[in-house]
Amino acid sequence: MKFKLLALTSFIGLSTVLSGCGETKTTGIEPQTMTDALFKVMEADRTVYTKLIIGRLAKKEKVIKASEHWKDEKALVLPAQMFRYGAERVAEKTSDFSYSLLSLWPVNAQNKPKTDIEKAGLKFIAENPGQNYYGKETLGDTTYFTAVYPDVAVAEACISCHNKHKDSPRTDFKLGEVMGGVVIRLPIKS
Amino acid sequence: MMKLFNNIWTLWLLSTLLILGYLTYIFNVEEKGIFSPGKLTHGHHQIEMACSSCHTEPLGGGEVIQDACVNCHKEELKISDDSHPKSKFTDPRNISRVKELDARVCVTCHTEHRTKITKSMGVTIPEDFCVKCHSEIAEDRPSHKGMEFTSCASAGCHNYHDNRALYEDFLEKHIDEPHHLPEGKIKSVSSLEEITTSAGYPISKYPVKKLTGTDIELHPGIKKDALITEEWSITAHAQAGVSCNACHKVKDDKGVVNWVEKPSHDSCKTCHKSEVKGFLTGKHGMRLNQDLSAMTPAMSRISMKSTAHDKELTCSSCHSSHKFDVKHAAVDACLNCHNDQHSQSYKDSPHFLLWHKETSGQGDKNTGVSCATCHMPREEKELGDQTLILTEHNQNMNLRPNEKMLRSVCMNCHGLGFSINALADKKLIQNNFKGLPKVHNQSIDLVKQRLLKRGKPREGSP
Repeated sequence: MKFKLLALTSFIGLSTVLSGCGETKTTGIEPQTMTDALFKVMEADRTVYTKLIIGRLAKKEKVIKASEHWKDEKALVLPAQMFRYGAERVAEKTSDFSYSLLSLWPVNAQNKPKTDIEKAGLKFIAENPGQNYYGKETLGDTTYFTAVYPDVAVAEACISCHNKHKDSPRTDFKLGEVMGGVVIRLPIKS
Repeated sequence: MMKLFNNIWTLWLLSTLLILGYLTYIFNVEEKGIFSPGKLTHGHHQIEMACSSCHTEPLGGGEVIQDACVNCHKEELKISDDSHPKSKFTDPRNISRVKELDARVCVTCHTEHRTKITKSMGVTIPEDFCVKCHSEIAEDRPSHKGMEFTSCASAGCHNYHDNRALYEDFLEKHIDEPHHLPEGKIKSVSSLEEITTSAGYPISKYPVKKLTGTDIELHPGIKKDALITEEWSITAHAQAGVSCNACHKVKDDKGVVNWVEKPSHDSCKTCHKSEVKGFLTGKHGMRLNQDLSAMTPAMSRISMKSTAHDKELTCSSCHSSHKFDVKHAAVDACLNCHNDQHSQSYKDSPHFLLWHKETSGQGDKNTGVSCATCHMPREEKELGDQTLILTEHNQNMNLRPNEKMLRSVCMNCHGLGFSINALADKKLIQNNFKGLPKVHNQSIDLVKQRLLKRGKPREGSP
């Protein structure tokens, strides 16, 4: 299952073109390597924003609020919103990959798992802390390599917000616990 | 026999040339109706004959039309915090929804040239479109059990695109507001200083300096007119150092500066970029924006005064050259043309009474409600890093669905619940809000019920 995505491989800088048997064969990196790399960037940015912006400015130093209705409240966007807005921006620029933040206990019901892999993946990462879930799924007429990574409560701000939110179906999250998952999809040749 | 044969060929040649000539002619004039497969909606009929506005490439398919939609409506969708952006539907996990409703493109719901199936707001699909994705809503919100599928987007509770004033937390935040807010006032437009120091204002060309009639320098051959000078001298233009040449001296295509008797919106744009942009986007100016002749009331599909049928709509139609009286532009300019029941009822409305009080010196500044107060509201506009309060000159920006008016207009003076009910009362709109709403929207009731059920507020509540 070779992932053929020139734009992404050139972005990572690992693209190679090999010749053999008289024909040109394009190879790239393994999908899992690609999604793992993407997730590392996402996770790092998400943690930095949660700890250094929200945790520090909104929770510790209390110089500004963080709010779901950040525009009306003239506040910081919540970490989950930051993540989603990034995903929307990426979706506007490319269909080479996509990602979303889902949960078995979402504040917004639209973010609960929908496809079989999402359901299985979110259940797996919740039951197996520290592990990821990988699979292949066909949505419409496209086949995807789909990876599900744990989204862990890295700061007090994560659990206090979710546990107290009026639309949260779960109110007993603890620090370090898996609250949901990041789902990354790469279109591949079936 | 040969002669007859020649005559037939001559006739064929002439007919072909005539048909070609006719087709070439109508392709190059505004009247292209013969090619239209059906009338356009109220939103686009003004530019019906500018086919290339939407069909930007002769053989273009859906992508070309989509680009045209986005080209004009992108900003409106951005401002409205679109609840259903394209990115929701391009996400592979939502592919099943795309099969039900391909909301990646506007024409799925808004198809032009389909008069018989076109409903309010140019919607051309059956009213059950919400059900395609939200059929399980009663599970998440038991209060919604049993509600008609046609009522989601038609009862003043939800809109497909713009829900800025309708989402639950916003309703909760404004849950018990009175009909009239005690300190209700309209926003003031930014000051001359704020405007002239904003990004893009040609301050070096027109330094702010109060001018009088003696400061006027005219183009060679142009004589000073005493009445025009008097009218100009009391305007904001004279206060801001903008005199005759600023508008009337215009560079032509070759860069030669000429004196133009009737400057177009291009002259106004030099200092009033935001206002002109709004004018050209709205129904008043969209024809000019497509290089068609100016809009006239005769072209309108709503009731207009017969005496105004041939008036052409430019900036000066409402602002009257040289006087630029914003009070005139805010009411009388509108009523000179508009003749529908809502307009006719205005001068008998409580809103007009407030306007009359303010303009006659009996009421406080910004307490009067003119036509423009609601239809051309003062909005925050971002110019570079600065935010100014300027008049939105696209009068369609907040017109449909009318809940768009809640935040920018109604809630300056009225409570949210009262405002939602008023906007849902069609008869009240017709008589220009003379009386109390007789329609009751239950959205705030549902929020109250949920609050009671929930007990003490949890975070996420306003």
